Amino acid sequence: MALSCRECGERFGLGPIFACALCFGPLEVAYDLPAGGPRQAADLRKRIEDGPANIWRYAPLLPVPADVADKPNLNPGLTKLVKAGNLARELGVTGGLYVKDDSGNPTHSFKDRVVAIAVEAARAFGFTTLSCSSTGNLAGAVGAAAARAGFKSCVFIPHDLEAGKVVMAAVYGGDLVGIEGTYDDVNRFCSELIGDPLGEGWGFVNVNLRPYYGEGSKTLAYEICEQLGWRLPDQIVVPIASGSQLTKIDKGLKELVALGLVEDRPYKIFGAQAEGCSPVSRAFKDGHDVVRPVKPDTIAKSLAIGNPADGPYVLDIARRTGGAVEDVTDEQIVDAIRLLARTEGIFAETAGGVTVGVTRKLIESGLLDPSLTTVVLNTGDGLKTLDAVAAGPTATIRPSLEAFRAAGLAAG
Amino acid sequence: MSVTVRIPTILRTYTGGKAEVPAQGSTLSEVIADLEANHTGIAGRVLDDSGKLRRFVNVYVNDDDVRFEQGLQTPTPDGSAVSVIPAVAGG
Repeated sequence: MALSCRECGERFGLGPIFACALCFGPLEVAYDLPAGGPRQAADLRKRIEDGPANIWRYAPLLPVPADVADKPNLNPGLTKLVKAGNLARELGVTGGLYVKDDSGNPTHSFKDRVVAIAVEAARAFGFTTLSCSSTGNLAGAVGAAAARAGFKSCVFIPHDLEAGKVVMAAVYGGDLVGIEGTYDDVNRFCSELIGDPLGEGWGFVNVNLRPYYGEGSKTLAYEICEQLGWRLPDQIVVPIASGSQLTKIDKGLKELVALGLVEDRPYKIFGAQAEGCSPVSRAFKDGHDVVRPVKPDTIAKSLAIGNPADGPYVLDIARRTGGAVEDVTDEQIVDAIRLLARTEGIFAETAGGVTVGVTRKLIESGLLDPSLTTVVLNTGDGLKTLDAVAAGPTATIRPSLEAFRAAGLAAG
Repeated sequence: MSVTVRIPTILRTYTGGKAEVPAQGSTLSEVIADLEANHTGIAGRVLDDSGKLRRFVNVYVNDDDVRFEQGLQTPTPDGSAVSVIPAVAGG
């Protein structure tokens, strides 16, 4: 195992480094995957299926020690893949529509996956404090994981986040610092802190531990394929903030093919953004291969990264696989949150409204084929973004049958 | 024009370990050329073969991302603080 630059291919030993010393490109974990003969594939599938009911069933495919499941951590993953028949009928999908509902993780977002891997890296490198720049979900995931694993924590967020996310980030006992600025300002601040003695001994899960952190998103790809019966989905719709999740899902799917765990067949990856922060969607539509940063303005705050570091890779992957990148307005996001709640009983945070809304838009525009198996990601819980959806009682009445009859809601 | 430049960890091999160095120039382009004159090799890390900023480098002049400004032609007034930072993903 080594670190490899995604831009220029230069290799580095494992360590708390994240940018290539030659070209600044992002480093990622490179594995020497075993050959995927049918026998080895069958053995590995069985080993995974017999493993723990969380991401550690995939430990052989992750940069973690073999005894990782015995260490104190949040054990995220193996969240539900919901067959969304009602939503499929509503959207006209005939090839099978699934929602990968990652709100079922310990801190109610997919971030528990990436943090779990970063925690193991932090242990390996001897860090004592966990930190991150966050749009909210990550801050909560780091706080909780630090508490369980016995680290101190100090996390940084934009000062104007949703109350639900602030409380989630603060409750675990670590330090929470609001920064007067956008997420991009927070991110820049953390990048400077890391090169300063002030940040000595700190593991920033999404900065100096980012190569390991990113690997956690691969487990979404592994789980989706396993839950589909060791089969690649035809189409998958992924939200884009920094673009890391989409990039690593593609990496995970390719690894499963290389290992022979799934049959090699074409799949399309679609990226979803909010119109108020859509630099990758813009670049995709304009035919560019680099992303021009924007100043975010959207209710989908967990996706509000105006300068997405992995944007160029998202563009490469969407184009390579025949997918697309699309965006929806705040109003369409709220509509989609309600649609998913009404049809499947899943209350998504705004990022889930973005993926469902974009799925609907892509079907209408013909870019997404409704006759193919499609998986839509919901990466977080609606309880964290309550203010986005104005929902309330149908009626408020006195506790009497007459009052209920008068409200016109009774049967018949 | 005299400015200070914050150097990221991975480039400090060029600055003798210093996290911050002075430089001269009235635009970012001139500042990078002056850095190169005093710290040979550093420009090739920040710029690609065609002389453009590498796509995973973020440069700020007084807190403003130069991609929002005029890129390498962004003015660097006397006393400016220039930061060179690797792009990182987040969440």
